[in-house]
Amino acid sequence: MSETLDKENILTGTARDWSSDMTTFKGVPWGKAMMWIFLLSDTFIFTCFLTGYMVVRSTTTEPWPVPSEVFALSVGGVAVPLLLIAIMTFVLITSSGTMAMAVNAGYRRNKKLVFWLMAATALLGATFVGMQVFEWSKLILEEGIRPWGYTDDSHLLGNAPQFGAIFFMVTGFHGLHVSIGVAYLLIVATKVLRGKYDHTNLEIVEITGLYWHFVDLVWVFIFAFFYLW
Amino acid sequence: MATEGQQHPIKIYILIWLLLFVVSFFSYMVDYLEFEGMLRWTLIIIFMFLKAGYIVAVFMHMQWERFALIFGILLPPLALVVLILLMAVEADYANATRVQYMGADPTAVPKSPHH
Repeated sequence: MSETLDKENILTGTARDWSSDMTTFKGVPWGKAMMWIFLLSDTFIFTCFLTGYMVVRSTTTEPWPVPSEVFALSVGGVAVPLLLIAIMTFVLITSSGTMAMAVNAGYRRNKKLVFWLMAATALLGATFVGMQVFEWSKLILEEGIRPWGYTDDSHLLGNAPQFGAIFFMVTGFHGLHVSIGVAYLLIVATKVLRGKYDHTNLEIVEITGLYWHFVDLVWVFIFAFFYLW
Repeated sequence: MATEGQQHPIKIYILIWLLLFVVSFFSYMVDYLEFEGMLRWTLIIIFMFLKAGYIVAVFMHMQWERFALIFGILLPPLALVVLILLMAVEADYANATRVQYMGADPTAVPKSPHH
């Protein structure tokens, strides 16, 4: 692919790429372009969910549960707001870091390092899901939060009943993405180690990385809108 | 093969990694220090977009991609901005009609869980 296009005006260069009657995304492996387009569609899904959350929360006239109280974790009898969520956030960021390192190792063709870094990423992802299970069971069993309401003996009874529905749907859909990502990481890591991608540039590691970073990206928005707002 | 990989120095990944930790810590502090009102929302939004920007630009390599891909992926979400604006206006209106015609109390205090 010609490098001279880079030096051209942005708009004429883009117009030429899109109208060249051949590969539009020059220098981009097709798998990576497809992953980006999938992530674009996923962006629409998550944004529609979050927009639904915004509508539910601003239309309801019943009070919304206070996040820093609902999601507090008591340490030695003292309630620390959002402690578990903070730990989950740091676990996910750490996993993004190891993933970025794996991509770097991939282009240096260090397959062993790729395997271990991707395995570490998957382990951190599984830790995240495990903590989410803990969070959910606390909300369901102790706080009595249900989709479309609260149990009769819940202290939260009287708050907006939509809280459970929108919370479980959005964080559940994100947790599903993390779980699928863990499986995806392990499959790709094993195949890389076995040499199934030796004939390529190992761009599969970068493609898997795009998915994983996207999962982290979605968490950034969930963290801001569900837990901090 | 002409397709070049996205090979970049490890240094920039570690820098962004650290920045993500720092910014996450800041956004957690917004809640912990109980900032309220406009200051809270402004800080939350700024830190959120900072983190999102770091992830997309560096970890997902968007800043090194050709503009054909950048435009192809980053322009369509503008439609979502329109959706969000329309829904925000509509939600405000729905809330106002509920308060006005259904006798709802907009000042009700949230019930707290016991810890």
